[in-house]
Amino acid sequence: MAHEETVYEALDHAHGGEGQWAFGTGFDEPLAGVDTTVPEGIDPADLGAYCLMLGDDALVLCQRLTQWVTNAPELEEEVALANCGLDLLGQARLLLARAGSVGVLGRSRERATASIPDEDALAYFRDPDEFRHSGLVEAPNGDFGQTVVRLLAASAWRLALLTRLRESRDPVLAAIAAKGVPELTYHRDHAARWVLRLGDGTPESHRRTQAGVDAVWPLLADLFTATDVETRLTAAGVAADPAELVDEVRDVLTLVLERATLTVPEWPTPQPSRGRAGEHSAEFTALLTELQSTAREHPAATW
Amino acid sequence: MSAPTLDRPVPDETALQQQFDATIAADHRIEPRDWMPEGYRKGLIRQIAQHAHSEIIGMQPEGDWLLAAPSLRRKAILLAKVQDEAGHGLYLYSAAETLGADRADLTDKLIERKQKYSSIFNYPTLTYADVGVIGWLVDGAAICNQVPLCRSSYGPYARAMIRVCKEESFHQRQGYELLMTMMRGTDAQRAMVQDSVDRWWWPSLMMFGPPDDDSPNSAQSMAWGVKRHTNDELRQRFVDMSVPQAEVLGVTLPDPELALDPETGRYRFGAIDWSEFKQVLAGNGPCNDERIARRRAARDDNAWVTEAATAYADKHAAVSA
Repeated sequence: MAHEETVYEALDHAHGGEGQWAFGTGFDEPLAGVDTTVPEGIDPADLGAYCLMLGDDALVLCQRLTQWVTNAPELEEEVALANCGLDLLGQARLLLARAGSVGVLGRSRERATASIPDEDALAYFRDPDEFRHSGLVEAPNGDFGQTVVRLLAASAWRLALLTRLRESRDPVLAAIAAKGVPELTYHRDHAARWVLRLGDGTPESHRRTQAGVDAVWPLLADLFTATDVETRLTAAGVAADPAELVDEVRDVLTLVLERATLTVPEWPTPQPSRGRAGEHSAEFTALLTELQSTAREHPAATW
Repeated sequence: MSAPTLDRPVPDETALQQQFDATIAADHRIEPRDWMPEGYRKGLIRQIAQHAHSEIIGMQPEGDWLLAAPSLRRKAILLAKVQDEAGHGLYLYSAAETLGADRADLTDKLIERKQKYSSIFNYPTLTYADVGVIGWLVDGAAICNQVPLCRSSYGPYARAMIRVCKEESFHQRQGYELLMTMMRGTDAQRAMVQDSVDRWWWPSLMMFGPPDDDSPNSAQSMAWGVKRHTNDELRQRFVDMSVPQAEVLGVTLPDPELALDPETGRYRFGAIDWSEFKQVLAGNGPCNDERIARRRAARDDNAWVTEAATAYADKHAAVSA
């Protein structure tokens, strides 16, 4: 039988052959089948709060990267930025599901109907001040230069962190981190290559990218001071102290910027994170309103 | 591409034409380095470019829902799908480049409206049900059009189409699965699906192009094996495939004349409003300007990025040389 006939035959069956579906047909939560027992000595409330911080970082940066889709400079970049976004979305789903699995759902569970899985209750039915991501990921994209500088900074930070979290005493978090490390290695590499091209490209690209660096740098102040949750979880062997990441992140960023002939601004003085405390910008409220619009318009719907 | 040498005399054009005709007649593939008539080359570039443009413009209607997808799972599915479309555009522009075209030049022609893309993407996506209906009907129609192209006489196009069709068939299933889920949901969701089907059914039928007696390029394309079935044949196939799927879904297709012909076993359907098709094709659809404006902005606003990448590559090629 000719190839085309067999393809038609396959398409004619509205049902069956479900193994061929790209994403499966079920509504399994991301952690379905995984033992989510919390090891002894770990406070589930702290673990969940920590997963929210890291999950929100990934979700919000995914949303920012997705804003480039259909607007990117090259088709290759449409594919690459969507790829980074998809990786981060996958990490966000796992981390939000982990938070849900230990009962950290805040008021989202009261707002979302029972049929909505935890990951979606957390993403779609929390208000802005219940989000725990850093200021670095929520800032608007700016131009492509600023976008790749932010992606470089965010992925360098997250890679340094997830590399350490592979040893976390929470086996679920350790597994999520292990999955994320190769993804972030690619994101960091991709962003670094662009920073090199743009910094050392034309006078205009140099100027724009330096402006991007100058806009992104102050946001790094938010990343390296432990919250109380992180301090307790670091002592319990679950989290990594963000202060320990400074040297690695600064070294990576300095190396790339210098190679790109860009000026490395003075390293900002670390300060307690406003984002981790739920303080966010008006731009984030706008971003979140759009993200949640369809889900909140149809609260009883299943998707 | 290599220069002719003394021991390999250049065959005359008649011999080349005979060889080409024999390849087509034997249903073998023409490859980039083979001789081909200029009309074949030009026609293929036109067709492949139009197809590539459709993939890239086609990212927009569904892409408009990426930021507001109603669940994280749906967001992942949609983002992967839109990413696939960018990938399809890339394969197809590459196939066109094997014929001597240049991607940047083709993009300019799209933006200057010198080349076309599928008119279906000039309709707006008003609700999330449109994401499902585009998967089911628009991708379904695209598959009917494209599966025969997997046997196109031009090798690079045929091979690109095999991969494109496999991914399109995933998209179609995902779209249909979204609609099934919505039909099992709330009354508002079911109404959304029906409304979306009402809006997309006729434009989907128009995707197969004008009727056979009014299709200027069809005959030559068929003779060259670039096209394998007529517009009307493919349209009929699509209708026959879609009606039972609509029944399973529980939606009504907006055509009172739609009925099974007991003699042929095929579905008869109502007359298509070709004046609408021509209006949209002429650039007067609801979203023509918006679609092109976004491509123009992506090119112009980011021109500095492309220039920088080129300057960087030149600089470092010079250093390493």
